[in-house]
Amino acid sequence: MRSDKLAIRVDGLSKVYKTGAVEVHALRGLSCEVRSGELIAIMGPSGSGKSTLMNILGCLDQPTSGKYWLDGQEVSKLGDDELAAVRNKKIGFVFQTFNLLPRTAALDNVELPLIYAGATNKRSRALEALGRVGLADRVHHKPNQLSGGQQQRVAIARALVNRPTIILADEPTGNLDTRSSEEIMAIFQRLNVEDGITVIFVTHEADIAAHTNRIIQVRDGRITSDEAVRRHLMAEEVLASLPKGED
Amino acid sequence: MGLAQCIRIALRALRANKLRAALTMLGMVIGVGAVIALMSIGQGAQAMITSQIRGMGTNLLFISPGSTQNQGVRTAQGSAATLTYDDALAIADPANAPSVALVAPVWNTFMQVIANGQNASTRITGVTAEYQDVRNSYPAVGEFISKANVDSASSVAVLGSKVADSLFGEQDPLGQQISVGMGNRRVTLRVIGLMESKGATAMGDQDDMIFVPITTMFKKITVQRTVRGTNNVSTINVQVSDEKLLDQAIQEIGELLRQRHRAAQDDFTIRSQDDMLSTANQITGIMTILLGSIAGISLLVGGIGIMNIMLVSVTERTREIGIRKAVGAKWRDVLTQFLVEAIVVSVIGGAIGILLGWGSSRAISAIDLGGQSLQTEITLSAIALACGVSAGVGLFFGIYPATRAARLNPIDALRYE
Repeated sequence: MRSDKLAIRVDGLSKVYKTGAVEVHALRGLSCEVRSGELIAIMGPSGSGKSTLMNILGCLDQPTSGKYWLDGQEVSKLGDDELAAVRNKKIGFVFQTFNLLPRTAALDNVELPLIYAGATNKRSRALEALGRVGLADRVHHKPNQLSGGQQQRVAIARALVNRPTIILADEPTGNLDTRSSEEIMAIFQRLNVEDGITVIFVTHEADIAAHTNRIIQVRDGRITSDEAVRRHLMAEEVLASLPKGED
Repeated sequence: MGLAQCIRIALRALRANKLRAALTMLGMVIGVGAVIALMSIGQGAQAMITSQIRGMGTNLLFISPGSTQNQGVRTAQGSAATLTYDDALAIADPANAPSVALVAPVWNTFMQVIANGQNASTRITGVTAEYQDVRNSYPAVGEFISKANVDSASSVAVLGSKVADSLFGEQDPLGQQISVGMGNRRVTLRVIGLMESKGATAMGDQDDMIFVPITTMFKKITVQRTVRGTNNVSTINVQVSDEKLLDQAIQEIGELLRQRHRAAQDDFTIRSQDDMLSTANQITGIMTILLGSIAGISLLVGGIGIMNIMLVSVTERTREIGIRKAVGAKWRDVLTQFLVEAIVVSVIGGAIGILLGWGSSRAISAIDLGGQSLQTEITLSAIALACGVSAGVGLFFGIYPATRAARLNPIDALRYE
């Protein structure tokens, strides 16, 4: 599903956090390109700047300097409200801690981006998105009535409901067991292959990263290696080999 | 994002934390309820006093003794003993004051009364036969003091309902003897009538008094005379033949009394009912303002409560704000959400407060105040005021927390623990 169209291009990205008198350089002039339809894992030790990179790619945070083009549009120049629109229309973000609205049904959580997009057929689109992550029978459950894996699937449904061009995930399997992790990876692979959505995620685990076609290593705010994966794992196959869980 | 969507989100957020929402509303409920109830009491009191004063008849004049000046020291109004029974007789003479219809002089004193083995301390009011027509006060049983009673200074009495109750209880007081007086000097009177109950009014408790012929007061009960050998009266009630002639009557009586008293300055005061009405309105107006300000303070406190809770709520929901911003909520969306939430709380609270205020005002109306009740009035303006203030309070106290929420950076909001 890879094309020659660039989904993301970042050039000389740097980010400096100021904590009192101390300056922390999270990113030091990082540059990279992502073609549309890629499935990429970003790896690196903690403090390497990978989460900062994800937040900037997700338009949740602005770089101190450097340029960022998303889908050919330079977003590093945009104001708060324009960034909100980009987050809403082009990006689906999945967090390690799910970040679902508490005490709110799965369906309402998934509808959230549609509300801010001013969409009309919110209910049916949210139902469809929940169906795609295999939670059609859990739409009225609240987050505390769902398992971690299910909550993350709700979060993915929320990320894909507005038909983004790119899904970013910051350690999406960090809080999940092996089986749930594989299920999440299966969904990402399906979205990537079937819908051509560019998926980029951060992970610590090499076996999760092995599901992608490209692994980028980050250390001290710079890319240290960027390699294509010759033969990646298929999550569906791994799932089939795992002993059946209770889920 | 439409307004309906905003309200739906606000309601959902409130439902998610019912206790907090209820506590916030409580401040509003009490504030608005107090405004409505207290304002209705103020209005009711005003209406009640006005109708009581009007109920006495609109063509009345009240003449009371004025103050005197003794070597430059002025005594209090009404303290001088300058009005006499002869003044009343002179006013009653159509040759002196043609516009006067009826004259009812009154001489009051407080005394002990003993009857039936019971005793009471009450107001003894010396009157003439005209009193009942001038003051619209008639006996329920028996008869009132007659002209013949006054002429012959007979030892008869008409009891107010409260006095009759405390002295005779269930027994029929008609024809019974009562003893009135101070110390050893007592006068025995025969009860010939029983007044209808009027209740306590702005004019004093009209049930707690005993009427006797004014001449009996002079000759047998108080036995007081002025230096000139005339009998003092407390007040002279005058009924003017026509409402239009009130000013003319005031002039006639004034001239007559000045001529009779030959004082350098007026030693009497003539008040019309309008004077009393405007005084009463002034007093009840002040009372309404007072009640309104107390209620207003509680409304303000309620508003501060809303702000307080909203601030806590913004802090507590920082992550939620982060999530909303992460999926595309704009500055305006977050601001609107919290603002609408504050307004929804205050409007719902205000609506409950209106019901509560209406209910308590009805309950106050139902309380029996000695035969009558305070007819509270809920005016549209009170409801409009309460509604407007509650929405305004919500808006005003919601803006600060809402801007704080809207200004949060999404990533900081998401990291907030």
